[in-house]
Amino acid sequence: MSTARNAGFISARRLLLWSGIVALCAWVLVPIYLVALGALGGRSGVYQWPKTILPTNVSLQPFILFLKTEGVFQSFLNSLGAAGITVTLSILLGAPAGYALARYDFRGKDSFRLLVLLTRAFPLAILALPLTVSFIRLGLYDTVVGVGLIHTVLALPFAALVTQGIFLGVPRELEEAAWVFGCTRIQAFFKIVAPLALPGLVATAVFAFVISWNEVFAASVLTVRHRTLTAYLLTVLSESPMHYRFAGGLLLILPSVVFIFAVRRYLFAIWGISSK
Amino acid sequence: MTQNRSWIPYLLILPTVVFLGLLFVVPLIQTLWLAVSDNGVPSLANMQTMVRDINFGRSILNTFLLTLAVVPIQIAMALAMGSMVSKVNGGRETILWIWTIPLGISDLAAGMVWLSILQNTGYLNTLLFSMGLIERQTAWLTYQTPVALFVGIAIAEIWRGTAIVMIIIVAGLNQVPKEFKEAAEIFGASPWTRFTRITLPLIRPALQSALILRTVLAFEVFAVVYALGGRNFPVLVGEAYNWQNQNQNYSVAAAYAVLIMVISLAATLFYLKVIKVDPERLP
Repeated sequence: MSTARNAGFISARRLLLWSGIVALCAWVLVPIYLVALGALGGRSGVYQWPKTILPTNVSLQPFILFLKTEGVFQSFLNSLGAAGITVTLSILLGAPAGYALARYDFRGKDSFRLLVLLTRAFPLAILALPLTVSFIRLGLYDTVVGVGLIHTVLALPFAALVTQGIFLGVPRELEEAAWVFGCTRIQAFFKIVAPLALPGLVATAVFAFVISWNEVFAASVLTVRHRTLTAYLLTVLSESPMHYRFAGGLLLILPSVVFIFAVRRYLFAIWGISSK
Repeated sequence: MTQNRSWIPYLLILPTVVFLGLLFVVPLIQTLWLAVSDNGVPSLANMQTMVRDINFGRSILNTFLLTLAVVPIQIAMALAMGSMVSKVNGGRETILWIWTIPLGISDLAAGMVWLSILQNTGYLNTLLFSMGLIERQTAWLTYQTPVALFVGIAIAEIWRGTAIVMIIIVAGLNQVPKEFKEAAEIFGASPWTRFTRITLPLIRPALQSALILRTVLAFEVFAVVYALGGRNFPVLVGEAYNWQNQNQNYSVAAAYAVLIMVISLAATLFYLKVIKVDPERLP
């Protein structure tokens, strides 16, 4: 009797647990589904009243029309360019720093870590404001390279801390064994350490991409004609019809969701490291 | 490592140091100087212009209210998600993936997503209409409905920003040894006691970094506000943006930037002080 009641109690708790989980999944997914309906519903979809939750009257046509709007495709390419620069620079600069933090004890190590951690207490994108003047002087204003540089400031501290954790995870003994067998330090790094660290480095690169792809403020401040997708959408926001705004939202969401899916296994390991 | 190779680590960190020096430290000092100078001489004129501006008080109030509303809810939701998923065996990875999707979504996109729900012919009105709560389309995002606009922006921010808190907290929860909880269970501690006395103290470092990260980001809120409310809901970064791009007044924009930085730094120091992390008690 009491065991039966106990079992009932346990399954009631499981039910509660699973309804909570399902509700939270719906909380994340339903809004994305609704904006996709808006993006694929076109002008008539926006004014349909009352709305139906089922995908009636959707087609790719309105979304393709949006992609063909002047400036959209170009800004999409600009966003890819800025993100590419951010990924390249933050790995090229950050990974050596992470390796130094993981493998060496040196004077000033703590001050260096402090500099990297300090960036976290600042709203970094705001630093784009004074950079406008210097960027105009250097010819970097309103260029994809300029946006990539400021986005690297956002991604680089993250990359240095995460790669430190990744290199700590590669046993030092393997590297030392390679030295014993006659590898130079550089050979040992590229033949032994790099392959083992590669998946983590790729995940770090993906994060750098997402950081740049999603950044709005600095990109809007530093560009006028060569806008990234976020900056373009922000500036045309007030003039755009509703279904273009939804299409823009969907276009922004799609690549990052794919990338997050690609690195889902590393998410927790990486954030465990970088929040230490 | 041998002594004669002591230059290697410096060579490895040099690029990062130079880069952050040029694009983090220098602009930081430039911002400070721009804010407190006028034509090259020290002056408080920009600060005065900022404080006297009609939107100044409202933007401070709005930004703080939004942060106070959003951050605690995000922490609570993330803790709930973390505890839920720790009780699940099958499907854990899929659940976590779905919950982390908003991590890849920008605040601008989040604003557009919630615009599709909250606009006049949107899904919220459809829902309320079908339940008989409203008779015609109702506007929620205008300056005449400040409370609804505030709630809408807060919901969009919670929707987008909880993922990062959840990831940091789940990463922290993963490091709590199972034995601690089991021992507490054997000694008869209730689930709530176990949570407050064992889990919470052990994930303090994760909580601390989640709070710092989220609060700094919350003070930077801008695009989601702009996408949902246009200029009906002034916030600090939005004002900085308007002074820079619309008014072309870089000095007042810098004054706002300094204000935002001071608030962010103060929040960080506050969390470092209040949530003490004892390195020897870490699991």
